[in-house]
Amino acid sequence: MKINIDQVANLARLNLTEEEKKLYGEQLSNILDHAEELQKLNTDKVAPTSHAIPMKNVFREDKAIPCKNTKDIMANAPEEQDHMFKVPRIIEE
Amino acid sequence: MNKKPAHELLSLLKNKKVSAVEIVKSTYEQIEKHEKEISAYVTLTKELALKQAKAVDEGKRSGPLAGIPIAVKDNMCTKGILTTCSSKILHNYLPPYNATIVEKLEAAGAITIGKTNLDEFAMGSSTENSAIKTTKNPWNLNCVPGGSSGGSAAAVAADETVLALGSDTGGSIRQPASFCGIVGMKPTYGRVSRYGLVAFASSLDQIGPMTKDVRDCAILLNVLSGYDEKDSTSAKLEAPDYTKALIDDVKNLTVGIIDELMGEGVEGSTKEAIEKAVKLLESKGAKVKKVSLPHLKYSVATYYLIAPAEASSNLGRYDGVKYGLRSKEAKDLITMYKNTRAEGFGPEVKRRILLGTYALSAGYYDAYYLKALKVRTLIKEDFEKAFKDCDVLISPTSPIPAFKIGEKANDPLSMYLSDIATIPVNLAGLPAISIPCGFANGLPIGLQIIGKAFDEETILKAAYTYEQNTNWHKEKAEIR
Repeated sequence: MKINIDQVANLARLNLTEEEKKLYGEQLSNILDHAEELQKLNTDKVAPTSHAIPMKNVFREDKAIPCKNTKDIMANAPEEQDHMFKVPRIIEE
Repeated sequence: MNKKPAHELLSLLKNKKVSAVEIVKSTYEQIEKHEKEISAYVTLTKELALKQAKAVDEGKRSGPLAGIPIAVKDNMCTKGILTTCSSKILHNYLPPYNATIVEKLEAAGAITIGKTNLDEFAMGSSTENSAIKTTKNPWNLNCVPGGSSGGSAAAVAADETVLALGSDTGGSIRQPASFCGIVGMKPTYGRVSRYGLVAFASSLDQIGPMTKDVRDCAILLNVLSGYDEKDSTSAKLEAPDYTKALIDDVKNLTVGIIDELMGEGVEGSTKEAIEKAVKLLESKGAKVKKVSLPHLKYSVATYYLIAPAEASSNLGRYDGVKYGLRSKEAKDLITMYKNTRAEGFGPEVKRRILLGTYALSAGYYDAYYLKALKVRTLIKEDFEKAFKDCDVLISPTSPIPAFKIGEKANDPLSMYLSDIATIPVNLAGLPAISIPCGFANGLPIGLQIIGKAFDEETILKAAYTYEQNTNWHKEKAEIR
């Protein structure tokens, strides 16, 4: 199994060094080769299971409640300005 | 005092034979004595714990666990107390809220001793993937304590706490419990609220008790269980009083031994110990039969597609915007994301994010992720079939006892393959316990008992019967 590690790393928003690319590329190939054994099973008539215990979507009333811990939330911000999370410029001037 | 199980301490407290402050002090004395070697904790909360203990002694703090020390795995949110997931990316994270189970412990009067070490984001089987420290096995300091809840397991085994909480996605409660010679239970998916548990793989994660014996497991499970409107996957079921299941009697129980987990790859003493345990249950009146779950051999491959896929999505939130680490190399938004994640995540987390991203990406989704979900159905059906004429199923918790630190660190696939006995249980959403059942070269062996969905009671009954007729749970590690 050959993997385009640059493409996967970009999708995952991960910067990798050349060394990491080589290492993870090889390790992922090994793991995926092991996963190939699943292809031996015929699952044409098998339904997928995303949750083992049957469950339905849960709705709640769309009710606004005050958020009391904004101070604690903002205290975790790497950068803050005027009670907002500050990030590098997104749109060019 | 710190060496006794919670149920003994509770009756001593009730009869005023000991104070909560004494219990907490003796726990910290043990920590001061051994923590340097064991490295079970990431954060200790001594001041708070002593304050809480004093409140118990003054009658201001009560509940079913009043005065009992507990250690909480560091992937459960504790308001205003560092919650790192043993990751650099959350090294400074102070949760603005408590996980539901932390609120429940608070209401039960329990005393939080500290936050325990784990494999980064609970990804691993040894705590070697922690970005903070590697925890040592109290039975042999050259060996791993198992993982990912290795800090919790080692803390209980070294008497650095009385009770502990772990989380289990593919065996992360049961395998370290097995390696450290303690009791660990993964309840049924949905039994315990996960609100405030940092998500790893949401269709598999479950919180559960790690204790010195089966009675403590039932007592702690009573406090943890129940529906929570804040966790939409939690089950709307009345939680029973689990201590009522602690009956020394397995007559009328049919025990199935999983054939596929007793063969090749299972270490000799481990296999022998499990066979002896089965004989004991049989002598107590249980009916024993061999069962075959033919799709079990696909469970590791299935798990290592599903869990990383879910993880790659769950861990998308670590982008350096709202909390945690932010890279200084951040000239634009995308660069900030990429550098923050490169600097903040360790190798195993990166590996799983990449694997999951790949399994979910266009062109591979059907071949990997969807295929794995279908095989998951087959594994689940195997269990359903086995439970048609068995009440519980039995296997070793791990095919091997604790391995040496560093032994498997460079071979992720071999590390993954050792999770063969615990992973299928998560894929099927079932409850299972690991209890001590012997030793191999001085290292504990764990017996896994698996039950039907939401039938933790029958597991506890079988485990309690075994424990009442053996002394393994009373053995203590000599730390050296």
